[in-house]
Amino acid sequence: MARVWIGSEDFDVSDQIAQLRSGDGGVGAVVTFLGTVRDRQGDQHGISSLELEHYPGMTEASIEAMIDQAFQRFDIRSAKVLHRVGLLQPLDQIVLVLVASAHRGEAFQACEFLMDYLKTQAPFWKKETTPEGARWVDARVSDDQALQRWGIQADNAPMPSS
Amino acid sequence: MKIQVRYFASLREVLGAEEWVVLDQGGTVGSLRDHLLSLSDGHGQALARSRAVRYALNQRMCSEDAPLTDGAEVAFFPPVTGG
Repeated sequence: MARVWIGSEDFDVSDQIAQLRSGDGGVGAVVTFLGTVRDRQGDQHGISSLELEHYPGMTEASIEAMIDQAFQRFDIRSAKVLHRVGLLQPLDQIVLVLVASAHRGEAFQACEFLMDYLKTQAPFWKKETTPEGARWVDARVSDDQALQRWGIQADNAPMPSS
Repeated sequence: MKIQVRYFASLREVLGAEEWVVLDQGGTVGSLRDHLLSLSDGHGQALARSRAVRYALNQRMCSEDAPLTDGAEVAFFPPVTGG
């Protein structure tokens, strides 16, 4: 089963869960994370659309490598990441991470690990449209800090100059 | 040495999606950035050392110390914001 899907069409969460654990009697836990488009960010309200750009080829390969790492670190049975690209609207689904394992602890951790990793290393860029015009979203230091919890140096968001 | 340079997001908007560069000698991704900086005012502003730019060599994230090889694909982009 394909472990990474990048595309513009919407996905169905329950279909994806059913496919992931299909026929596997060793699965006792499925953890999913769903990321969705907000219409606000901090003080900025009225975001009307979000455009997701990516690096075809590298995007899939980088997420595959992250999933390989998840399998090395955690005792999980299967995992899949789906990420939409193109033009999205508030309330749209953006990203789905699914992990299946025998027990919940490993599945919760692997799911969080994959999201922390994806946020700081997967080649996507978001551009939001606001009443003032379009602007590229800034990367966050807090996402780099989240990845650091897993012992990985992110170096994505620029450090604030002291 | 011939290098395929690709740009994404805000860098792509200013510099275009890609350009081919011929270098007299090898070097690193960092020295390539310095070379590109000098090509035009637009390059100089977009790739200024004061700006956060991330790199990929042959579609893998790399640091600016990564050595260049002939025919390599080097991408320059702002910090990523997926997920």
